Amino acid sequence: MQFLPELILLGAGLIIFIVSLGKTNAATTRDIAIGLGAATFGATLLSYSQEGKLFFNAYQIDLFSQVFKTLIAGAMLLVLLFGQKLKGISEKVHSEYYLFLFMSVLGLMMLVSSVELLSIFVALELSSFAVYIMVPMRDDEGKFRFQMEAGIKYLLFGVTATGFMLFGMSYMYGLTGSTELVVVAKELTVMWNQPAAVIAMMMVLAGFFYKLAIFPFHFWVPDVYEGASNETTAFIASVPKLAAVALLIRLVSLISGDGQVILNVLLVCSIASMFYGNLSALVQTDVKRMLGFSGIAHAGFVLLGILTFQITGYANAMYYIIGYVVMNLACFLVICTVSKNGENISIDDLSGLHKRSPIMAFTLAVGLFALAGIPPFVGFMGKFMVLAAALKEGYLLVVILAAINTGIAIYYYLSVIRVTYCSDPEERAPVSSSMLINITSVFLLAVIIIMGVQPQLFVDYASNVVQTIM
Amino acid sequence: MDQLLINPDYPHILSTLIFLPLAGAFVLLFVRNESFARYWALGITSLIALLSIPLVKAFDMTTSKYQFVEQVSWIKSLNIQYVIGIDGISILLVMLTTLIMPLCVLASWSYIKTRIPAFMACLLIMECAMLGVFMALDFVLFYVLWEAMLIPMYMLIAIWGGPRRIYASIKFFLYTLAGSVMLLVAIIWLYIHNGYSFFIPDMMWQNYSSTAQIFLFLAFFLAFAIKVPMFPFHTWLPAAHVEAPTAGSVILASVLLKMGTYGFLRFAIPITPEATMLLAPAILWLSIAGIIYGGLTALAQSDMKKLIAYSSVGHMGFVTLGIFVLNTAGVEGAILQMINHGITTGALFLCIGMIYERTHSRELRDATGVGKHMPIYVTFLTFFSLSSFGFPATNSFVGEFLILAGTFEYSIPLAMAAIPGAVIAAAYMLRMLQKIVWGGTDNPDQSWIKDLNVREIVTLAPFLFFVFWIGLGAQPFIDIIHVSVDNLLNNYHGFHSQAVAVTELITH
Repeated sequence: MQFLPELILLGAGLIIFIVSLGKTNAATTRDIAIGLGAATFGATLLSYSQEGKLFFNAYQIDLFSQVFKTLIAGAMLLVLLFGQKLKGISEKVHSEYYLFLFMSVLGLMMLVSSVELLSIFVALELSSFAVYIMVPMRDDEGKFRFQMEAGIKYLLFGVTATGFMLFGMSYMYGLTGSTELVVVAKELTVMWNQPAAVIAMMMVLAGFFYKLAIFPFHFWVPDVYEGASNETTAFIASVPKLAAVALLIRLVSLISGDGQVILNVLLVCSIASMFYGNLSALVQTDVKRMLGFSGIAHAGFVLLGILTFQITGYANAMYYIIGYVVMNLACFLVICTVSKNGENISIDDLSGLHKRSPIMAFTLAVGLFALAGIPPFVGFMGKFMVLAAALKEGYLLVVILAAINTGIAIYYYLSVIRVTYCSDPEERAPVSSSMLINITSVFLLAVIIIMGVQPQLFVDYASNVVQTIM
Repeated sequence: MDQLLINPDYPHILSTLIFLPLAGAFVLLFVRNESFARYWALGITSLIALLSIPLVKAFDMTTSKYQFVEQVSWIKSLNIQYVIGIDGISILLVMLTTLIMPLCVLASWSYIKTRIPAFMACLLIMECAMLGVFMALDFVLFYVLWEAMLIPMYMLIAIWGGPRRIYASIKFFLYTLAGSVMLLVAIIWLYIHNGYSFFIPDMMWQNYSSTAQIFLFLAFFLAFAIKVPMFPFHTWLPAAHVEAPTAGSVILASVLLKMGTYGFLRFAIPITPEATMLLAPAILWLSIAGIIYGGLTALAQSDMKKLIAYSSVGHMGFVTLGIFVLNTAGVEGAILQMINHGITTGALFLCIGMIYERTHSRELRDATGVGKHMPIYVTFLTFFSLSSFGFPATNSFVGEFLILAGTFEYSIPLAMAAIPGAVIAAAYMLRMLQKIVWGGTDNPDQSWIKDLNVREIVTLAPFLFFVFWIGLGAQPFIDIIHVSVDNLLNNYHGFHSQAVAVTELITH
């Protein structure tokens, strides 16, 4: 029972593997995959309140991990639902694509339960390698092969970040003589004034900075977002970030006492992410690239939430990342639906969307307004609580810089909304969306609004959840 | 919490006013029928207008406390409350909003031709947010509504606006949002220095350090001065006004601009009295600059909407002038002038919208000489124009007179500098009026133009009623705001005499 979601995912991988051996048509494969995704989500709910330790204490099942597993499974299910046609992927490899998707999610689920350095490493690699393959699986019919460039970039940056992380882990082991986080935490408490401990921690964090796309490990984002198929980008932009935040919380909560040096470095990373992401997003013409840069900026906010070193701060970060994933999924839902044959969507392609498909235009507008941090949506509350918590810790300058960033960010979100609502569709065809996709988008909108209006419920719960790992 | 007064006779009246339009807008999401959408929006806004009348009746004019208060905890962990209430400063603005909305719906009856349910939904959401802004007594609630308002207003301009609507709507959105970003930081700072509370009345008249006050004031000033708009921050206003549909212009002029000046009265003065005293002279001269600059620019316009928009810059300059002279006549005049400007300028925008519906042009030249064919129309227009430059017996006269009286009390050179503004106002309004009513020998052929229909007369008549009511008998309006203004100024001067006493104690 404790290991049920992972087992289901493993089984799902096997089933899809068997499917891939035969010649099943795309629709059947898709239905099987969605069914398995739903089963995984169900399994996470079933094992929600489980607790325990597995594999010689390397694997911990607690409320924290189970909440994140549920979120990961839920986000995956949403991606499966609205990206169901896999427009950008050649039909021949649909089943393989699903196989790697499930493997990647398996890695992420293991990641949030890992409390030992090596199992963290193995889980992270499992999740990354599957995605390395998913990126170049895009079918551009032999035209530019930019998916290959994206795949290679993702791989190289990923491997570099992992290299940093392994190096940092070796330092940690060297300093503390253990790979278990509990022991590491205890031993490190007295060492935070030593450069070795600081460097070790920062290098370990590098691996998650890469997943979450925080400066200076963000370089892969724009090209990978652009090169990967829309469905893959939707996945990369949402699901791994949940796991990355979970691990960042686990690791940063180890820092205590004289962590001032680390704190300063990370604050700089957070602000640099915001400025870099927002300023670069201003000039993008491809919607996915723009969302990629905006994701870098949002990652900066999440990091700022974590950096308060308080339970409320971690809870805010959790709230923020959940909100971010929902808003982002809403935007990607529209991108996947508007894209006819899986091609990239430039901002101009959204012209007159309100006439071509009112519900998609509305979803996009709410998603983008929410990302921009306009109330009453979740993005505002997330930002507000992160800033309030940060100012409480006395980071006045950081808060002012972050607030300036909200001002910058609105421009590029607004220019997309402007195109959807103010331009004429010209020759562009109407967009049809199936009932299922409409329901999914209404669901996402409802979540965006409810989380924005009643943040209390979510933040309280998140605090309880974070409490369990402190 | 002793500043709050719960009125047991009307337990949830303010919440009803805020949320009824929202519910109405929600219904419109599912409506495709255009004429139903019109009647529905008219019904909802009229209902709200009727519901708001008991507010004035039951309003206790003898106290400066917040009345009709409702208080519910909203976000416990941050101590954010849903607390709303009105006092003398906000009640007239609330009434202005509720009463003007049905007229906005009427003004859009045939003006808006596409996507009517969505348009009406935007109007209703606007009403919800605007009322909320004037009623909120929790700073986060205020900020949420203040920002949320941008979305429907943006949509109103961007979808139903004129040819340069994209530029205008983006400029409007960016200016307002950029201005209020620092307000958010200020809010959080105040929260932390007030025992983790966002309750606005508790933030007032506290001894924050001078430096903190100056920074807070600058944050407030940036947000509110852009909204007013004060002189160097006004450039978004003409663009937004010109491109917005009539109802959008009316809302913008009558209600949105007032939020800036309301913000000065509600937040800047009580929360940062020391900085107010220090920086008031600068703001006063900026107001003078706005008055003169707005007037001169209006004189040079050939587009009628632009003319009125620039005249708004001038009129709002009078309002900020009145606020920052900080004496009873000035502040009361300023509040009254906020209402007057809402009535007069709103009506003028409606008038221009009516011409635009007929000629599809806002150029003054194309409207010359319509007086011959539209006698009823020019009658209305004449009264509103006279009111706009403060002709005696109209509403603006009372307001401007009080403001100038207050200014004379404060400083004679300042008042002398403001007087030319009133003269220029007469010049540009009369110039417009002359052209529209009579024109010259080269008037375009206007004989096909029809005069106002009943709907349009019904739309304009209430404005005229208030023009004369306030113009001839302003006392009830002043009575209703008097106690709150007195309280504000007493606190302000009390704060300073206390501060002076302390410094004297230290120096001796």
